[in-house]
Amino acid sequence: MYKVKVYVTLRESVLDPQGKAVMHSLHKMGQSEVEDVRIGKYLELTLQKGDYDLDEKIVSMCSKLLSNPVIEDYRYEVEEVVAQ
Amino acid sequence: MKFAVIVFPGSNCDTDMYHAVKDELGSEVEYVWHDASDLSGFDGILLPGGFSYGDYLRSGAIAQFSNVMSEVVKAAKEGKPVLGVCNGFQILLETGLLPGAMRRNESLKFICQPEELVVVNDQTLFTSQYEKGEVISVPVAHGEGNYYCDEETLKTLKENNQIVFTYAKNPNGSVEDIAGITNKEGNVLGMMPHPERAVDELLGSKDGLKLFQSIVKSWRERYVAAT
Repeated sequence: MYKVKVYVTLRESVLDPQGKAVMHSLHKMGQSEVEDVRIGKYLELTLQKGDYDLDEKIVSMCSKLLSNPVIEDYRYEVEEVVAQ
Repeated sequence: MKFAVIVFPGSNCDTDMYHAVKDELGSEVEYVWHDASDLSGFDGILLPGGFSYGDYLRSGAIAQFSNVMSEVVKAAKEGKPVLGVCNGFQILLETGLLPGAMRRNESLKFICQPEELVVVNDQTLFTSQYEKGEVISVPVAHGEGNYYCDEETLKTLKENNQIVFTYAKNPNGSVEDIAGITNKEGNVLGMMPHPERAVDELLGSKDGLKLFQSIVKSWRERYVAAT
């Protein structure tokens, strides 16, 4: 089995009002060193091994559903795990 | 002219849409469940607002893979009028029938209030009953209506007159005050404000009714007048 960890974040060029609000809140906590906060999503997929191209499959899932390429970027990590 | 109101799990403006078309406009209309696989019997497709699939992942993201959506795409390619309101607009964006994407409102607040819209393009099949520059009152109700597209897409939208409605006072941070756009061909309209909630004076405005009347007029000119 594969465990695929997908990180989806807003693209650099897209303002993140949620991140801004959290940053202001951190400043109020006294954490004045915080210069920017970006909020994203973390997804964990568990995939069966098979006769397929893993990267191709992940890219397809990420670009068609898990992220919206108009406003979001994604990156991923793959771990091999033993089926339980 | 017969309309379909597509109903997804989580749609909540389907009844308003049905009421607007049946009782205020006086046209034939049916609810169509998201797993339907044939829309050939309908002349116009309406995607209502709400929170399809709980807005999981992103608004409209899950709905794009509903059974019925391939039929909606087919209807759009055939030139049938397709109107997506609010979540319906978000679904059209996610499906790729319209360019761009929605972000959270700049204020991070859910906004539910009447908005003044400017009719930017009165030459579409959705807006022929309005005058260019006319200001109409239509309510909005959304948390993610902050329209975004890149510079290049914006340029194309302008060149092809695809921007149909803009906000007189931008409530959500949308690029260029955009409230509604069509596809290049002009038969698919997505808009965040709810015309189906502005079809009777009792509701505070009936400015949305002309949008539905425009659709019917265009259809009649195309199909009834010809026979």
